Amino acid sequence: MLKTSTTDVVPEKKIKAKQRQGFKLNAKDKYFASLFLGPSLLILGLFVFYPMFKTLYISMFLTNTLGKTTVYVGLENYVKLMSSPDFISSLWVTFVYVIAVTVLTITLGLLLANLASQKLPGMGIFRTLYSVTMGVSVAVAAIFWLFIFNPSTGFFALLSNWLNLPVVNWLTSPTNAMWAVIITTVWMHLGFTFLILLGAIESVPSTLYEAADVEGASSRFQFFHITIPMISPTLFFVSTITIIDAFKSFGLIDLITKGGPTNATNMLVYRIYKDAFYSGNYAKSSAEAIILTVIIAFFTLLQFKFLEKKVNY
Amino acid sequence: MASFDEKAVLKKVFNYILLIALAVVILAPFFIGIWTSFLPTMDIAKGNLFSTNLSLDNYAAAFTKTPILRYLLNTLVISTITMIAQLIFCSMSAYAFVFLKFKFRKTIFTLFLVTMMLPFEAEIIPNFATVKQMGLLDNYAVLIIPFLTSAFGTFMLRQSFMQTPIELKEASDIEGLNHFQFYWNIVLSYNKISMITLGAYSFLGSWNQYLWPMLTTFSNNSRVIQNGLKQLQSEETFNDWGMIQASAAIIVIPTIIVLFIGQHYFKSGMNEGAVK
Repeated sequence: MLKTSTTDVVPEKKIKAKQRQGFKLNAKDKYFASLFLGPSLLILGLFVFYPMFKTLYISMFLTNTLGKTTVYVGLENYVKLMSSPDFISSLWVTFVYVIAVTVLTITLGLLLANLASQKLPGMGIFRTLYSVTMGVSVAVAAIFWLFIFNPSTGFFALLSNWLNLPVVNWLTSPTNAMWAVIITTVWMHLGFTFLILLGAIESVPSTLYEAADVEGASSRFQFFHITIPMISPTLFFVSTITIIDAFKSFGLIDLITKGGPTNATNMLVYRIYKDAFYSGNYAKSSAEAIILTVIIAFFTLLQFKFLEKKVNY
Repeated sequence: MASFDEKAVLKKVFNYILLIALAVVILAPFFIGIWTSFLPTMDIAKGNLFSTNLSLDNYAAAFTKTPILRYLLNTLVISTITMIAQLIFCSMSAYAFVFLKFKFRKTIFTLFLVTMMLPFEAEIIPNFATVKQMGLLDNYAVLIIPFLTSAFGTFMLRQSFMQTPIELKEASDIEGLNHFQFYWNIVLSYNKISMITLGAYSFLGSWNQYLWPMLTTFSNNSRVIQNGLKQLQSEETFNDWGMIQASAAIIVIPTIIVLFIGQHYFKSGMNEGAVK
């Protein structure tokens, strides 16, 4: 309530402030602007804009083993990539991983957030416990899960032995290795997703639920017809974040599977890294990097569109 | 009222069972990891997880036989400097976008937004060449300088600064404060929560870096903890699950404590940045 009243006042005051700044502060503003923006522009220019153009440039040349560009080939590197079954399979693997991670993380996060948003005693403890994986870094997550997946001494292997089930080879079969990476990623992301969705569910006006209670609507009905539509902007936001993060996955893959077995988990960023720093094929790696950039830029734009809507609203 | 309603009680009990079961599943990797960190590797190798030979030997071994303390120190210094730098530079550029009028403001802001669309992972080849040329390889600076500022941080703080009441600006104009004084004394303290959120975000971001430090650092003097763990794990002698789990526990426990303390701020700040 308070908030709406202040925003009502702002436009009028803003005009006043603008008028004053108009003839009084402009010259000084310019000086302060270069002082305040200079450092950030310098860093972003050197480590974000320049390398992007440089990568694009390299991707249109052939390179020698030192990374020096030799012959201009236009889009040939891209054409080669798109007709290479190896690269297409990498793209495919990445898409499968991104979709599985996003669907599982959002579904589980939603389930947890909905449960933890109940007004029951002791709920604070569960909220804290569910968000715990936020504090886990890639290396720690990889170690915890590598032990669980370990075929001889691991926890899953022991469990299978106790239950007289066959031991699953988590890291040597292509499908299972993919699942191992997916499970670990979802586990790592769950805490953050849960916390954001919990915040959104809590900000749904309780009057909506009270009205539904009066009407005798079941809690399942309330979840699908009140909660989900009311938090849909946040759902969209966490989905795009998860998608972008998953496309950029590198650490877990390097630690758990190293892209294997037989390239089953050789995802985009891992491929970019290997082609450049193992094989010394900088041109190919740069073309792959540009393809990754296009994908990430697309999803970031989607996110901006959403933010714009929220701001206008 | 509810306690006499059998159905409501049953539903509550069912809810608690579900809540506890989910908590157990989510926390299981922690429990298993931390439990085995107290067991001798011999027992772990034999699958004897219910062994009663609990001790802190693995921790002692991790601290004395591996450079894990050095890795922790490196990471702590790098993450702290990165966090402070991002707080300063992001808030300065956010201030410029909200309170200053200058030519090309819209264009420069769009440039910042475009930056958020470009993944660092796709730029490692030229960036590696740049830091190599600057002679920064295998040095703290190589893990700090590219991350002194962030477009995301600027954007987040800008959203927050825009909510600063215009009356504060008017009052400070009357008081004769210049932009720097207004920024430092008023805007920063008014937007404390967003600053704390960005601080936590950038600290954890730096703490979790993996690919870039792996490319640019090669010695224990500058290696950070994420890559250090991999290093320990891949060394021949380190097929010692007890000690591996102990080193993972040593790393994860401080971050979880920080997280619990900062959780309240983090949650409200995140939602502010995300949804407002």
